[in-house]
Amino acid sequence: MATDGPHNVPTPKPGNDLVQIGAPPAKAPKLELEAVRQQLSTARGPQYWRSLEELADHEGFAEMMEREFPRHVSEWTDAVSRRGFLKLMSASLALAGLSACTKQPDETIVPYVQQPEELIPGVPQYYATARPSAMGAQPLLVKSHMYRPIKVEGNPEHASSRGASDVYSQASVLDVYDPDRSQTITYLGNTRTWGDFLGALRDAAGGEKAKQGTGLRFLTETVTSPTLAAQFRQVLAAFPQARLYQYEPVNRDSARAGSRLAFGQYVDAQYQLENADVIVSLDADFLGGPYFPNFLKLAKDFAGRRKLDGKEMNRLYVVESQMSPTGGKADNRLALRAWEVEQFAAALAGAVGAGGNGTVDSDAAKRFMSTLAADLKAHSGRCVVIPGEQQTPAVHALAAAMNSALGAVGKTVIYTDTVEPVPSEQMLGIKELVDEMKAGKVSLLVMLGGNPVFNVPADLDLKGGLEKVPLRIQLSAYKDETSRYCHWQVAQAHYLESWSDARAFDGTVTVVQPLIEPLYGGRTAHDILGILSETPGQSSYDLVKAYWKSQSKAADFDAEWRRILHDGFVAGSQFPAKTVSAKAVAVPAPAKKDQLEIVFRPDPSIYDGRYINNGWLQELAKPITKLTWDNAVLMSYNYAIANKYHDQQTVEINVGGRKVKGGVKIVPGHPDGSITVHLGYGREFTGRVGAGTGFNAYALRTGANANTALGATLTPVDGKWQLAVTQHHHLIEGNHVINADLAQGQSLAGEAAVSRGMIRSAVLEEFEKNPNFANEGAFEAPPLDMTLFGENGHYSWTTDPAKTSAHQWGMTIDLNSCVGCNTCVIACQAENNIPVVGKEQVLMGREMQWLRIDAYFQSAASDVANPRLYFQPVPCMHCENAPCEPVCPVGATVHSPEGLNNMVYNRCVGTRYCSNNCPYKVRRFNFLLYADFDTESLKGVRNPDVSVRSRGVMEKCTYCVQRITGARIQAEKEDRKVRDGEVVTACQQACPTDAIVFGDMNDPNSRVNKIKKQQRNYAMLAEVNTRPRTTYVASVLNPNMQLENRVEKKSEHGG
Amino acid sequence: MADSPEKTRGNPSEPGVSPPVIAPGYSFGQVTEKISNVVLTPYTPWSWLGGFFIAFGIMNVLLIAVGWLFLKGTGIWGVNIPIGWGFAIINFVWWIGIGHAGTLISAILLLFKQSWRTSINRFAEAMTLFAVVCAGMFPLIHTGRPWLAAYWLLPYPNTMGLWPQFRSPLIWDVFAVSTYLTVSLLFWYTGLIPDVATFRDKAKNPVAKFMYGMMSMGWRGSARHWHRYETAYLLLAGLSTPLVLSVHTVVSWDFSVSVIPGWHATIFPPYFVAGAIYSGFAMVLTLAIPIRAAYNMQDFITDRHLNNMAKVMLATGLVVGYGYMTEAFFGWYSANQYEAFMIKNRAFGPYAPTYWALIFCNILTPQTLWFKKVRSNVPLLFVIALIVNVGMWLERFVIVVTSLHRDYVPSSWGLYHPTVWDWATYLGTIGLFVSLMFLFIRVLPMISIFEVRTLLPQARVKAE
Amino acid sequence: MAQFFPHSANAYARMSLVLAGVLAAALGLAGDRLQRSPYVTKEGLRPEQPVPFSHQHHVGGLGIDCRYCHTSVENSSFAGIPPTKTCMNCHSQIWTNAGMLEPVRASFRDNKSLVWQRVHDLPDFVYFSHEIHVNKGVGCKSCHGPVDEMPLMYQNATLQMEWCLACHRDTATVLRPREEVFNMQYKEPSRGNPVRFAGVDYFDQMKLGAAIQKEYHIRNKFELTSCDTCHR
Repeated sequence: MATDGPHNVPTPKPGNDLVQIGAPPAKAPKLELEAVRQQLSTARGPQYWRSLEELADHEGFAEMMEREFPRHVSEWTDAVSRRGFLKLMSASLALAGLSACTKQPDETIVPYVQQPEELIPGVPQYYATARPSAMGAQPLLVKSHMYRPIKVEGNPEHASSRGASDVYSQASVLDVYDPDRSQTITYLGNTRTWGDFLGALRDAAGGEKAKQGTGLRFLTETVTSPTLAAQFRQVLAAFPQARLYQYEPVNRDSARAGSRLAFGQYVDAQYQLENADVIVSLDADFLGGPYFPNFLKLAKDFAGRRKLDGKEMNRLYVVESQMSPTGGKADNRLALRAWEVEQFAAALAGAVGAGGNGTVDSDAAKRFMSTLAADLKAHSGRCVVIPGEQQTPAVHALAAAMNSALGAVGKTVIYTDTVEPVPSEQMLGIKELVDEMKAGKVSLLVMLGGNPVFNVPADLDLKGGLEKVPLRIQLSAYKDETSRYCHWQVAQAHYLESWSDARAFDGTVTVVQPLIEPLYGGRTAHDILGILSETPGQSSYDLVKAYWKSQSKAADFDAEWRRILHDGFVAGSQFPAKTVSAKAVAVPAPAKKDQLEIVFRPDPSIYDGRYINNGWLQELAKPITKLTWDNAVLMSYNYAIANKYHDQQTVEINVGGRKVKGGVKIVPGHPDGSITVHLGYGREFTGRVGAGTGFNAYALRTGANANTALGATLTPVDGKWQLAVTQHHHLIEGNHVINADLAQGQSLAGEAAVSRGMIRSAVLEEFEKNPNFANEGAFEAPPLDMTLFGENGHYSWTTDPAKTSAHQWGMTIDLNSCVGCNTCVIACQAENNIPVVGKEQVLMGREMQWLRIDAYFQSAASDVANPRLYFQPVPCMHCENAPCEPVCPVGATVHSPEGLNNMVYNRCVGTRYCSNNCPYKVRRFNFLLYADFDTESLKGVRNPDVSVRSRGVMEKCTYCVQRITGARIQAEKEDRKVRDGEVVTACQQACPTDAIVFGDMNDPNSRVNKIKKQQRNYAMLAEVNTRPRTTYVASVLNPNMQLENRVEKKSEHGG
Repeated sequence: MADSPEKTRGNPSEPGVSPPVIAPGYSFGQVTEKISNVVLTPYTPWSWLGGFFIAFGIMNVLLIAVGWLFLKGTGIWGVNIPIGWGFAIINFVWWIGIGHAGTLISAILLLFKQSWRTSINRFAEAMTLFAVVCAGMFPLIHTGRPWLAAYWLLPYPNTMGLWPQFRSPLIWDVFAVSTYLTVSLLFWYTGLIPDVATFRDKAKNPVAKFMYGMMSMGWRGSARHWHRYETAYLLLAGLSTPLVLSVHTVVSWDFSVSVIPGWHATIFPPYFVAGAIYSGFAMVLTLAIPIRAAYNMQDFITDRHLNNMAKVMLATGLVVGYGYMTEAFFGWYSANQYEAFMIKNRAFGPYAPTYWALIFCNILTPQTLWFKKVRSNVPLLFVIALIVNVGMWLERFVIVVTSLHRDYVPSSWGLYHPTVWDWATYLGTIGLFVSLMFLFIRVLPMISIFEVRTLLPQARVKAE
Repeated sequence: MAQFFPHSANAYARMSLVLAGVLAAALGLAGDRLQRSPYVTKEGLRPEQPVPFSHQHHVGGLGIDCRYCHTSVENSSFAGIPPTKTCMNCHSQIWTNAGMLEPVRASFRDNKSLVWQRVHDLPDFVYFSHEIHVNKGVGCKSCHGPVDEMPLMYQNATLQMEWCLACHRDTATVLRPREEVFNMQYKEPSRGNPVRFAGVDYFDQMKLGAAIQKEYHIRNKFELTSCDTCHR
């Protein structure tokens, strides 16, 4: 694709350097794009890629690509206009193809020659695997259709996920088919064969061997695979002087350093929230998403204690330096600037008798601290303190000290070996490596994964170092910024294409097994290291199996191996708890308090930038800001007012002379005097989806202040920075509203949200006094017989015994459990072939996700700085009395006897009347041809059980009708009813906190029925008499009333 | 109507009671000459050519806009979620509304024996027809898949074993509008026959002679013909009278049947019909004033006509005003927070300017029509008519967009920004409308010759 | 006034009125026929196949069970098209060098799939499941026709929505005992030819159907004609 070509050869200086090693390619005869098109026009599917490689052998190819597609031609970088650019033909196709009266085109059937034994055509298969991550591997169960991985789920057998999954895992399946992935092995941008690479590397390695590997350096992302670690041990044995460095921009340095300070060794803290009555987060966003270690288990255990199902409700205190989902779920929250958190932690440690002395300035903070300390002491042994990943080592050490002082160790937290086999403090490592390179000590640099040129702190001058290294090799999934500084770039296989292994955060060994042959001939780190080992030529599979054979005590290992592959993990391989003792640490008082602080955080959607070319994640509204396709300069309302900033205003951030421009986004609950920026955007060299999105926050980072920096300055710049936000924020203040979205001027919305009872909430005391608070007053649905039409006015599919059905489907969503992690949204998108529309369309209000998560802020007048946040997932309500149905002129949306509100795409003519008449606005319309019918590879990811919607068609949540039908057919074949829990919707399956429950309302014992019987269960807009099948479980909070100054509680449920 | 039948019969034997329906001193021949000369002259005035080609140019903008629409999809417009309907539906309702005056004037005023109608009914009917043509496009092209909507909206025995959904107002629309179009076409054509016959006889150009000959269907003006003609015309009048009420009532149901605050209101049918007549008469004035000036027809389309039409506008304008007040009243009286919010949002929300502009155009401006001075000041009348046209378009904008953009769930509130294609389509229909008017004026009698002749004193004498 | 039309014009006028009516009716009828014609539905057409495979010979003649080749018909939505291997099971023994079978051998030799023309092809937005139909007593023949008498495979029904609905609206008209589903010789019950089901002899399809509906818990017509039964 367009990402090849000698233009990858970097700017003159390294360029000249490169010339010495390999002479630049001789000028080849010109190749014309038309010729290429011709050559490709015949090709389809995998063959397409093959022919691409054949094509790439032609030396003129790269040159032609350069000529035809210069980088950053808007046509190609902007997802939408690129689509527009390709769509015309499809549009006309749609015109012809979808009309009911045109005859079917002839189709062919191509059967196997020899059909695989295990395959039943048309029936999906499931394989256990895992997504490796520095934060602990996510154990997965992947659905494969005719050997194409199409859907990722959590592995239900596995203790640390219990069937749940996270956004990155859900979206990762899309990357497998990403046509922008690196598909070739290139040398100076010219395509080479694996053989060429082998030769080159062997030669270089031979040279190194002679000098004990003095010049050989490995730079990898965090090594998570025990097998890979073992391989490294071998290689380092063969090359005694060689060194291994690990670096990821979002790493666990603070935790590591902290644990070194506290325990004198590297350990991981495993929190057992199921045992915790009081949880304190020191800037730890442990409910936010997979960027926090062990997120799934923490979220599940936290929510498990908030379901009011007999277990005592826990209480969450959050002290944080930005508005995070965790802060939103807090019962009591305190917003502090990042550096203040350290002081607060020290003070708190002092107060609970764990040593340490910090200075807390404001009275509010003092009060919060003392109350909290008291509460902690009162719950010693049943409480836990969690430090933030991006906080300082001191905070981690203090947290450890507090946990031991409060007797939490062994009860609510245990310490174990680190999840990565080779723990290290990566920032120190990378500094060291750069120095070595600068000193010319490195002659061969092998980079396995990662994109250091993009994400290593700017002040380290990695580029300068690289230029001094004679031979640099990169294994990476994309041709990225780093590739331009490497001689060799080898396409890396996706984890769903490769054999490997990794440990889940609790230590459980999980095997990564491939679902599909590498689509683009990608290679794994195992392969590369294999070349340097004594026994080259072993496949990743052999290596992994051999390693675990060596670890296993089983008599019949093959049998055990089969079981491991089947389960996806080695049972009982969790880490045992270590006994360690924490020692207190002193915290130096910080200087320059009054300066503006800038906080760097991994992006909730694209993490450290590695998912930037993933359309699903790019278009995913971030939990707090609801921002898509961008990162922004997040700041508090007060700070913005004080400095006359407003949303979408372009500002220039200046940190120590390093400047970057970005757009302002005001976030309720953000501490004043501080701004937050998310990392990973502003890539100058990436695929078509990611190019041109956001700004590069890495350019502001320094090795010393990688997580927070003081002394930033903001200067307004002319021009509007358009931010594609899917929901505008309104801070609810009692019954009136602070508009947190000046640009939009929609200050009524928050008020409306309260008075209309979108969210219904109470604190524990109130709830105990009045359990029915959620269904009082104006919110009651009118009685069934309140109709002009008598019997006919009823909803015959529920009342008429002749028409009604064995099952009546319904759903509940527990507002108490939902942490807004967005996993359900991506799961829905993957399951239902929901298209990506691009920034322009989102700006026009045309995002397509069937399931959205509304976020409402609420705060008392007295405590605007610490709003409470309510997440409300909104799928189709499947109203029994659905307003959308009677208005459709062609009957394309109709009710099923099982109470589903069906949307029949092939009948829809697109009047949009149904959407207008939907009070919940959950319907989505294909205003343009959003489904990508052109990109061959992307067809692979589609779910064959769901129609791909074309232009001009309405669509919406179907309760995953394809899953219902599947289960029903199974049940009917066995002449029985569908069992409770047999139908699991995509969103429900993905949810880490079991907030979503789906089931049969006719079955008195179904989970959904039990929940719907609770008094907290309420229907949104019940008074409109739509009779929704999707209902909500009202939120109940457990704040410490001594700190609780949100008094006017009634307002919350609109009384 | 504002005037009592006695006054409006316009009996020249009682001069001074009220200005006559047509200026005195014409003979049958002169009437025929004056009107037919406009058409039967071989010479086409430059003004006509200029005007027509401008209009025709604008019409081509429509073709381009619709072509692009079919190629790309409704996404080229500003519509989104929550505002699923934009200009397309606004224009639809606006044009349909305008299409009311014609039938009203021809049919109802005919039944009420309002003889002053005769000199304006012909082009009022033409205007109706063309307006309905413009309106008729929108329900089809605003759909996502017009190539299917084109026939799936019709009930016919298909291989899917499906019927349209008769509960949906959009289906009612299909029938209402198509019926209205057919009937007004027949009505208009029937009315034309005698005059076309006259043209046939007077035409010099053989081609014209032939065409008019075909159109006049062998009209010989025999007593029998006249007798049948009268019956047919009366029947059609009776037939189309209920349609005047039904069409816009049905259109109003598109909104009032829904659950959206600002749409779901029982006041809609009467208030839409009144609005329709209001805008219809405004449009008739907008056309009549320049035309009568251009072809100096002041003697046939007299100030008396303008005066009466102004009165009708005033009356219907008041009804519309009443409609607005009722909406506001119910916002408060219903004690329904959604209704209340809707009104508040109309008056003070992001689209407040359109609301106040609408109040100015539709309620304040027409109040000036209380004064005879204003009613008899032709240029002023023209301006007022234009303002009312704009106002009625704004009314539809307020109803469609302002109600949708903030309905029930605050998280889904949004804004609507029309794109260049929205405007292109809107202007394009105006281009289409005007070009058709130009063609009509050039090839057909814009004023009913034979009916005007019946207004002449001689005719009365004959009758007695 | 001058005459334009001759006197006879009146006659023509009347005639044309009548003709217009007739023409309209004729067009309507033609359109109605056309949309159901084989031209549109491909009903009864025998497309060119790489190998002129005869169901008549294999099923009618040799009496091979449907499931020998269409293996997944009972447990997948897709009945399954036999891999070349299946053909070769026999044809490596018999007719080993029949010219007609060369494509099959070639396919097996070069490991290149045979490419068949699809005969029964539903639109992509229709989700038909073989497994539920055969498991609930809908015979192969009911949709595919007398396959055992087809020298070359052809589509036996229109496969249009109204055709599907005909059964979904009243399943009793087609149901047969499960054990008879793959039986090509099966005859509907009639006076002379009773069908035994659950120990009772039935002489009338409607009665039999009703009994089967009860026994197999066939869903009612409202459920079976709900859109999401076939469209999602």
